[in-house]
Amino acid sequence: MHWDVITNNFSYFLIGAYPQGPLGGLAMSILLALGGIFGAFWLGLLIGLLRISKNRLARIFALVYTEIIRGTPLLMVIFWFYFLAPIAFGHALPEAESALIALIVFTSAYIAEIVRAGIESLPKGQTEAARGTGLTRLQAMRHVILPQALFNMIPSFVNQFVSLTKDTSLAFIIGVNELTKAATQVNNRTLNAPTEIFITIAVLYFIICYVLTALSRRLEKRINRYQARDR
Amino acid sequence: MSYTVDFGLVLNEPYREWIVQGLGVTLQISAVSIVFSLLLGTIIAVFRLSRVKPLVWFSLAFTEFFRNTPLLVQIFFWYFGSHAVLPDVVNKWLYKQDFEFAAGVIALTVYTAAFIAEEIRSGVFAIPKTQLEASRACGLSFLQAMGYVILPQAFRIVIPPLISQFLNLIKNSSLVMTIGVMDLTYMARQIEAHTFHGFEAFTVATAIYLTISLIVSYAINLYNKRVLRVASH
Repeated sequence: MHWDVITNNFSYFLIGAYPQGPLGGLAMSILLALGGIFGAFWLGLLIGLLRISKNRLARIFALVYTEIIRGTPLLMVIFWFYFLAPIAFGHALPEAESALIALIVFTSAYIAEIVRAGIESLPKGQTEAARGTGLTRLQAMRHVILPQALFNMIPSFVNQFVSLTKDTSLAFIIGVNELTKAATQVNNRTLNAPTEIFITIAVLYFIICYVLTALSRRLEKRINRYQARDR
Repeated sequence: MSYTVDFGLVLNEPYREWIVQGLGVTLQISAVSIVFSLLLGTIIAVFRLSRVKPLVWFSLAFTEFFRNTPLLVQIFFWYFGSHAVLPDVVNKWLYKQDFEFAAGVIALTVYTAAFIAEEIRSGVFAIPKTQLEASRACGLSFLQAMGYVILPQAFRIVIPPLISQFLNLIKNSSLVMTIGVMDLTYMARQIEAHTFHGFEAFTVATAIYLTISLIVSYAINLYNKRVLRVASH
């Protein structure tokens, strides 16, 4: 075994060539995941609300959007944006931005489903009581429904964030400098330690994802207990 | 430089043939992986439900590790690094086969099996505990009780989530293009390389994946409506 390959390149796996060169490695993966979940939250919230709106056109649009995105592989969405950008803007987008947009669009469809399910699982009396006190539909949603629904959705959001963290590895395919790319670069250069390299990379992803999964389980227990006491 | 969108180019020969071939490989690798992942996933789930501590730990470690690492990294691991962890006999046999395809199948199988094991486990938990106790009291062994009483009932409950895992597998199979399996995504990439019409090539490939997904989810809905409603009566 050649574990020296790992020790020699460990900082490259973690932060890339930074600060002498561009940021890469695990740091870039985390940045993509954070940017992705931030964008996907707002877009997903919007699509999820459209999905349950009174306007039929908006509802159909949101349904078609989520069905199409959830029915296609992420890799397709990534390639699609990568090749659509030159047509739409006349010039190619940088790989990282293109991948980030694809990740946001892809994840937002799943977030939208979480939002819809979360809102629909609240008792109907909440909306009725809020409307009964004179709030408009929008106000009831903003001040009564969403604060409760979003709180209940936190574990699902964390799970989605775990998926997204794993999904950032696909950005490598269009050439973004993140952890998987760093692994293949080091593998192509050294050639004698593929097993060690890919085990290390898998463990790095695993640490992040497992910690988040464990956190989501604890949150879910706590939220369930909170709801049980409330009723 | 202006770009004209031209779907005719992609949908005519020779590129239509490429897409059909790629679709064939996608369906083939998916079908093989579905069979193996169902087998492996069931075994892992039974390990988890057994009372033998080492088996439970193994099954826990298996599901947690493979569910929490990216599939792409796993594909690379099996493709580049499996020779160090597999026995020599297996390696020699694998190299005689289409190795890219085999590595892809192993990666998809192991990754999906981890998810399938969780689905089956939760399906088994949905069966009342008295079923197991009653069958054990009738004199069946643990394996017999599992095989004849618990699993047949659990499978009925988990069929819809299992099918959606299979659907995920079909979508995930697009990643095997990275190790050179000539599937639908690989062919779309090839067409892009030959014609520079990547937008059309990937739109067509996306439409094909979408069609598969919609057919499968329609089937799940039908199953949920017909079979589960009948079963609940």
